Amino acid sequence: MNELPTLARVFAYLSLLTIGGGMAAYPALEHEVVDVHHWLTMQGLVHLYSVGQMAPGPNMMVVASIGEHVAGPLGSLVVVLAFFLPTVLITFGVGRLWVKLERWRWRNAIQQGLAPVSVGLVLAGAITLAKGALLDWPAVVIALAVFLILLRSKVNPAYLILGGAVIGFVAFKGVN
Amino acid sequence: MSSPAPGPAPEQVTVPQIFRAFLLIGATSFGGGVVAYLRSSLVEKHRWIDDRTFVEFLAIGQTLPGLNATNMSVLVGDRLRGAVGAAVAVIGMCLPGALLMFAAGVAFGIHGNRTVVVAMLHGVAAAATGLVFALTVQIGKKALGGIADLVFVLGTAAAVSLFHVKVFHALLVLGAISIWWHRPRADGTAAG
Repeated sequence: MNELPTLARVFAYLSLLTIGGGMAAYPALEHEVVDVHHWLTMQGLVHLYSVGQMAPGPNMMVVASIGEHVAGPLGSLVVVLAFFLPTVLITFGVGRLWVKLERWRWRNAIQQGLAPVSVGLVLAGAITLAKGALLDWPAVVIALAVFLILLRSKVNPAYLILGGAVIGFVAFKGVN
Repeated sequence: MSSPAPGPAPEQVTVPQIFRAFLLIGATSFGGGVVAYLRSSLVEKHRWIDDRTFVEFLAIGQTLPGLNATNMSVLVGDRLRGAVGAAVAVIGMCLPGALLMFAAGVAFGIHGNRTVVVAMLHGVAAAATGLVFALTVQIGKKALGGIADLVFVLGTAAAVSLFHVKVFHALLVLGAISIWWHRPRADGTAAG
């Protein structure tokens, strides 16, 4: 139960890092959840995060699973609120201001300036995930295949991830 | 231009209508790409906002912290019905995925260490990694204006991935440098 304040603090902090997408916060998420607080193993986090990519809605709902894992239903609720409420309030407040600032000369500078940095953060998140997920050649082949298919077609990624589960069942069953 | 809109005009949209629309998106946008679902619902189906507003909201949402899905919900909900509209839009967007992932957390606690499950999750993680890199390329293509931007992308990624700079610090320092690089110039069109 005394994990709740810690959960709230950690996930409120992580929410502020999600510029450009949830993936931008992934390196910090891994650091906090695995290294600092030992709530999950690195493999556990990679697995849960990846399952979360299939869920509908915001692509960081893995936080609900982590909260449940640490402190049950209440933990899940606390983490979801801590992770979404701060940025919802910021966007609500700044969003209104931002629309009014249409003629402010720095507005475009901020949008254009933060865009490449946020892409860089998302790329760093992808690299962190890859380090945890691509532990052998079959995994690299699956990732590369999904990557190329998605860049060349409009297939729903959820089917490809389900396909990954089937291939994983066949390819990795004997590994563990 | 004067053709009548099939959906209700924005000032007539009710709070329950907003909640239902976002709940539907929150429940059906499997496989990520929630922005595409948002556009098809809000711009094409309901015609609550036009494409120009949608793109502008998207730019704002991507600049501010927070996920695209929830930031878009806040901005559109606020535009349609103020604070209450924003609140029900976010709740509708988050509820289905949160319940599903809560259940996933329970299932993971019970079955997460079984050999068969671990094998399947290895495959899922590999596929999700491919997905995340594809998304990175897709947003990168849209966001990048030139060589300088590419340098900022790679510099930020290298700082975090290679040199283990904290995400927060990388954001502050490289964000400030990049904004300064894109600063309004004296001959800029926005002058005056």
